[in-house]
Amino acid sequence: MSAVAPPVRDDQQREKPSPGKADRPEVSDRARQEQRLAQRLVAPAVVIMLLVTAFPILRALYLSFYTYSLTSPEDRAFIGIDNYVTALTDGLFWRDIGVTVLYMVVTVGIELVIGFAFAMVMHRVVFARGLIRTSILIPYGIITVVSGFAWQFAFTYQNGFINGWLPGIGDSFNWFGETTPAVIAIMVSEIWKTTPFMSLLLLAGLAQVSDDMIEAAKVDGATWWQRLWRVILPNMRAAIMVAVLFRALDAYRIFDNIFVMTSGAVGTESISFLVYRQTIEQFQLGMGSALSVLLFLSVLLVAFLIVKLFRVDLAKARGEE
Amino acid sequence: MAVATLTCGLLAACSNGSDKPTLNWYINPDGQATLTELAAACSTDDYDIEIQLLPTGATDQRTQLARRLAASDSETNLMSLDPVFVPEFANAGWIAQWPEDLAAEVLDDDVLSGPAETVRWDDGVYAAPQWANTQVLWYRKSLAEAAGLDMSQPVTWSQVIDAAASQGGTVGVQADRYEAYMVWINSLVAGAGGEIVSATETGSDAEVEIDSEAGRAAATVVQELADSGAAQPDLSVSREGTSLPFMFEGPGEFMTNWTFVYKNYEPTDGGAFTQEQFDDLGWARYPQTVEGEESRPPVGGIDIAVGEFTDNKDFAFEAARCVSSPEAQKQLAVNDGLMPSRQSVYDDQELIDAFDPSLLTLFQESLESGAPRPKSAYYNLISGAIQASWHSPTEVDPDSTPADSADYLRAVLRSEALL
Repeated sequence: MSAVAPPVRDDQQREKPSPGKADRPEVSDRARQEQRLAQRLVAPAVVIMLLVTAFPILRALYLSFYTYSLTSPEDRAFIGIDNYVTALTDGLFWRDIGVTVLYMVVTVGIELVIGFAFAMVMHRVVFARGLIRTSILIPYGIITVVSGFAWQFAFTYQNGFINGWLPGIGDSFNWFGETTPAVIAIMVSEIWKTTPFMSLLLLAGLAQVSDDMIEAAKVDGATWWQRLWRVILPNMRAAIMVAVLFRALDAYRIFDNIFVMTSGAVGTESISFLVYRQTIEQFQLGMGSALSVLLFLSVLLVAFLIVKLFRVDLAKARGEE
Repeated sequence: MAVATLTCGLLAACSNGSDKPTLNWYINPDGQATLTELAAACSTDDYDIEIQLLPTGATDQRTQLARRLAASDSETNLMSLDPVFVPEFANAGWIAQWPEDLAAEVLDDDVLSGPAETVRWDDGVYAAPQWANTQVLWYRKSLAEAAGLDMSQPVTWSQVIDAAASQGGTVGVQADRYEAYMVWINSLVAGAGGEIVSATETGSDAEVEIDSEAGRAAATVVQELADSGAAQPDLSVSREGTSLPFMFEGPGEFMTNWTFVYKNYEPTDGGAFTQEQFDDLGWARYPQTVEGEESRPPVGGIDIAVGEFTDNKDFAFEAARCVSSPEAQKQLAVNDGLMPSRQSVYDDQELIDAFDPSLLTLFQESLESGAPRPKSAYYNLISGAIQASWHSPTEVDPDSTPADSADYLRAVLRSEALL
């Protein structure tokens, strides 16, 4: 902490609380002008953002109230909330939601554990640091479609190596023939691809834990395990929760691996894949839009639940407090 | 105007640098080398034809073409279209109706009735048949012999499965969740005297017929194979290409597959197959679903359609005629095993030299007695619903699958269920 107080700026000196406006400091002319300039500078970007994001979102919302197929555009008709009723009462929708949540929970859970181990390695390693860090991060640099193909080849019984390596698995075992093994194969590819991202986020959190605290715990006689559970992890809580939030939202929208490895067959379809099929394959723009809106709402719900249940403080994670 | 000229000057796709227009022909990957030659041969002083490659799967081909055409793409000039998608594309106004005089030329009496029927929709002609495909039963002669199966007589699916299982061989089919699985199911149902849907001209009001004795007979065959030792390990993800290697591995296989198989196994210098292996390759009529009832082999192929939004429609029709001419069909058959849709080409000496005469006869017989898939503007929904209900083949049950798939298909057609 600095012993010398920072110089007080002229405009700050003039900011005195006025009666009735206790919470709102008086804004100087200069600050107001700066604000106006900032707004003018930001305006073009805001307009573009509105055009490219708000317009499609509103358009999707509008289309979701119509029955509208590209193959018979003249049959387009307003049907109110029928698309939503059909989707929400359909077994396929809920099945896909269930599968998607399963992908999310399992992959994020495993990634958290492995990612933390990788983060520790990257944090502690004293030799060949650059090489080890780069090696750990390589999978994240590979395009998901490419990694999907690589893992699909690895799991196929004709030219893959997985069956040969795993004990108790026959050479001709078909991983993509049933739901459970196919889901496992997809999860493995997802975990392999995105664990480095998780470890990168955790590494940032690990770097924030003060060495003094760990040293103090050591002096007090804490074991390695106690230091991990009582000192390191509690101090990384915000970083862990941000990592979980980011990855969970990402995993909830899983698509590429499924597209490449099973095309959604044998019950491996996620909710994003269902939206894709309705909109891009079936050209059912009305139903596809309704499902997109539901997907958007469910992503918001997942984010809300994680933030509330785990009491994530994003401001704290950014180091603003 | 100046901007347009400048933009086109910068974009290679606008033209090839001269006033001569370029016609884009979207092709599927079958016979790519021959199609490239055809594009060059059919280019004239008035226009050039340029090949654009579509994905391998029929569904993906449809998706890519439809996305272009839904956006009124004027540069999708010619397209190789799977016959089942002609009604949907015609109904959506994406492909051009052929003028009567040209339609009469590409659909003269020489064209086989099956392929000719695929290009008609709503009293109009919307494409020219280029090649016609069918499936036959390919098998290893030594395997059939060892199992004591008389292949000179019609065989049933049950006999084929038992024969393969008894010798440690396999039966190859297409049962991944994709269009060819629908092809198999359609032929099995038709082979038992039924159909998946009828009254397809009523669009989404079509009658769903799969919950029938024929549907249950078809499901019995699928279940029998899935439960048998003759099922290939990747049955639920099997495609046209995945069962090919089983033919000369171990005791071999029986395999229902398209006409291209013959050229695939043909021994060539430095090729993968020997003359001895090729001599052990046999072919027979598609198996019967029900003993004594004539089988209904799958039919497929490619039709050439002209994009509705193309700027050079007259040139495009002319080019479509050229690439589907008897000469073009002969080249595709001789080089790639993609069989002609015209009778006269089967009688061509070059074709007779390139194929075993008994095989040519079998192909024609299969095409004429084949079971076309439902001809509907809603075909994609019908196929998708059947694939979803019948996949995985290991879970097909004659007591429930046909009934469940019928309920599901009705709900999908009424937009009451997600597909």
